[in-house]
Amino acid sequence: MGFFVETLIGGLMAGMLYSLVALGFVLIFKASGVFNFAQGAMVLFAALAMARFSEWANIVLGGDSLFLANLIAFLGAGVVMFIVAWIIERLVLRNLVNQEGATLLMATLGIAYVLEGVGQTIFGGQIYTIDVGMPKDPVIMFESLFEGGIMINKEDFIAALIAAVLVGVLTLFFQKTPTGRALRAVADDHQAAQSIGIPLNRTWVIVWCVAGIVALVAGIIWGSKLGVQFSLATVALRALPVVILGGLTSVPGAIIGGLIIGVGEKLSEVYLGPYVGGGIEIWFAYALALVFLLFRPQGLFGEKIINRV
Amino acid sequence: MKFRSLALAAAIASVGLSAAVVSPSAHAQAKEQFFPVLVYRTGAYGPNGTPWANGYVDYLKLVNAKGGINGVKISFEECEFAYATDRGVECYERLKGKGATVFQPLSTGVTFALTEKAPVDKIPLVTAGYGRSESQNGAVFDWNFPLLGTYWVGADVAIQHLGKQYGGLDKLKGKKIALVYHDSPYGKEPIPLLQERAKMHGFTLQLLPVAHPGVEQKATWLQIRRERPDNVLLWGWGVMNSTSLKEAQATGYPREKMLGIWWAGAEPDVKDVGMGAKGYSAITLQHGAEPNSKVVKDMLAMVHAKGQGTGPKDEVGSVLYMRGLISAMVAVEGVRKAQERYGKGKVMTGEQTRWGLENLNLDDKALADLGFAGVLRPIQTSCTDHMGSPWARIHTWDGAKWNFSSDWYQADQKVLRPMVMSASTRYAEEKKITPRTPEQCKQ
Repeated sequence: MGFFVETLIGGLMAGMLYSLVALGFVLIFKASGVFNFAQGAMVLFAALAMARFSEWANIVLGGDSLFLANLIAFLGAGVVMFIVAWIIERLVLRNLVNQEGATLLMATLGIAYVLEGVGQTIFGGQIYTIDVGMPKDPVIMFESLFEGGIMINKEDFIAALIAAVLVGVLTLFFQKTPTGRALRAVADDHQAAQSIGIPLNRTWVIVWCVAGIVALVAGIIWGSKLGVQFSLATVALRALPVVILGGLTSVPGAIIGGLIIGVGEKLSEVYLGPYVGGGIEIWFAYALALVFLLFRPQGLFGEKIINRV
Repeated sequence: MKFRSLALAAAIASVGLSAAVVSPSAHAQAKEQFFPVLVYRTGAYGPNGTPWANGYVDYLKLVNAKGGINGVKISFEECEFAYATDRGVECYERLKGKGATVFQPLSTGVTFALTEKAPVDKIPLVTAGYGRSESQNGAVFDWNFPLLGTYWVGADVAIQHLGKQYGGLDKLKGKKIALVYHDSPYGKEPIPLLQERAKMHGFTLQLLPVAHPGVEQKATWLQIRRERPDNVLLWGWGVMNSTSLKEAQATGYPREKMLGIWWAGAEPDVKDVGMGAKGYSAITLQHGAEPNSKVVKDMLAMVHAKGQGTGPKDEVGSVLYMRGLISAMVAVEGVRKAQERYGKGKVMTGEQTRWGLENLNLDDKALADLGFAGVLRPIQTSCTDHMGSPWARIHTWDGAKWNFSSDWYQADQKVLRPMVMSASTRYAEEKKITPRTPEQCKQ
């Protein structure tokens, strides 16, 4: 029983980390109707900027204050992500207003390749470290209840808390602020939003910028866990089943989807894996998402698809 | 009519131009020994593939700086394949026609794909420290050269080392050993030998595959926490290795009980983990980080000091850089050996180089002359042994660098040989290959 609970908790915390990446997908889709395939590349780009700025700031500061170096690096990486958002809007999105969804999707594929290449060219292709002081050792709890206790990974726990706070802030932003409402209006209909005076270009810069900041937070957490390297771009693949399951337009959906996928893949690997040779967690997440698609194509919390004739 | 004349003139001019463009390269091919270099500097495995590629290319430059192979200069061309088997095969197809001397794909998947192509194209496949373990038997695998060690050597040495730590191989009885492996041909390669050893010594082998690229291993390490194996063998590549070490730390599994294969025992695997990997050991493909070796000093003086180094200077001598450098060295020495038979100062074909690789004899003196004293043990190949050396040792990460922590181990041929013979015979039957006889071997 103790092991089951431990696996469950491990899955929930892994799920929260997937949600962080999934949030980027949801934000951009919600506000612009674009399925942003470049989200993983943005995570890598942001993490590379953070890691290298932190390294350089640390050298300039003489290694005196890691906190200050990280703060400078965070602000620097934030500015970089703003510039990236602005460039994407100027060079790509502005020219694709009112185009088909598939066209925009292909454009984001191109953005992904450019970001991966340019990121590694500017910041280097080696393994870099982000040290934000995350604790690496586990803590064992409930030893009196379960034999051997329940192991909690402190790093994952803190990361899950950060993700939860970020989700809360973003939900408030979308529901309660005029900018958030403008973003939702743009998502519904570009032309209608423009006709009532919502500046489309500025809105897109804002949403890509917010997605960039989310990518930066995800990049810091994942980078701190895995080291900053090309594989960070592949964590987006872990978030795809999450958005399929949770729905592309729902922030809470990204969270619930993440938790279901996280728990589902860990339990499947541990309990079903041994019967089929193991290594099943990646495809199991997609299989789970596909099953959901059969019954709810819009995902758990996505907006219902209504086709009028 | 005028148009036809113009078109004809343009066609003739373009043929002439292309002949002019092609001629120098064809001319160069006739005078230079061409080495195709399959690399992955990008993608998930780029951080590990890059130092290997830099070492490989740097060594070719060093040979040229020393005057070439008996005067024959080396030319080379890189082809990036991002550790993707299909792209690796594409690179092979593209470069084989340029007079390729040998191919070294640095990928067991690509090696499997090329094993049937190499005999047709008559180009040797050198797989130093990877590839198919049964290809040690050159009587069946004429064109494969798993020089310096196969994964069965690595697995055998791993069990010998664990046995020694417990006070003898008999003490392994009842122990539980987990293999955390990359779910690919590479990761699966040691399983038959470990199963054989498990039967011999009575330990339990737990197999835990990790899907590419290996960034998510929580479920794997939760199982390790539940099963509490006495030791964990790590058969990873790239980001999978550092992730394993981080998960071991996060689940409180002692790093001192972990032992990696040589592809899980380099700087990129532990640098990011730092003190969290302290105590972790890995088997070496004979060498470790060798910053003080003569070949490294030569490299710095003759290549890097002249601004011709491929990568950063501080990488020279690191584990994977040395692996690339040694891989290039054995190929170059294969050509040198072939020249002894087919003509010094001549460019060798793939077929001639194959003979050279099969008759390599790098003794201590030869290795010392090349700058590898203390780095490698003697390498001697033959028709039936395309590996040339079954030795390995262990090194341990102290939080900042790798240090050798064991004496030399020799893979037990009593265990290995029957497995190699059985698997290669099976392969020969399956592919309808008639193994070479001792007489044919002498030719």
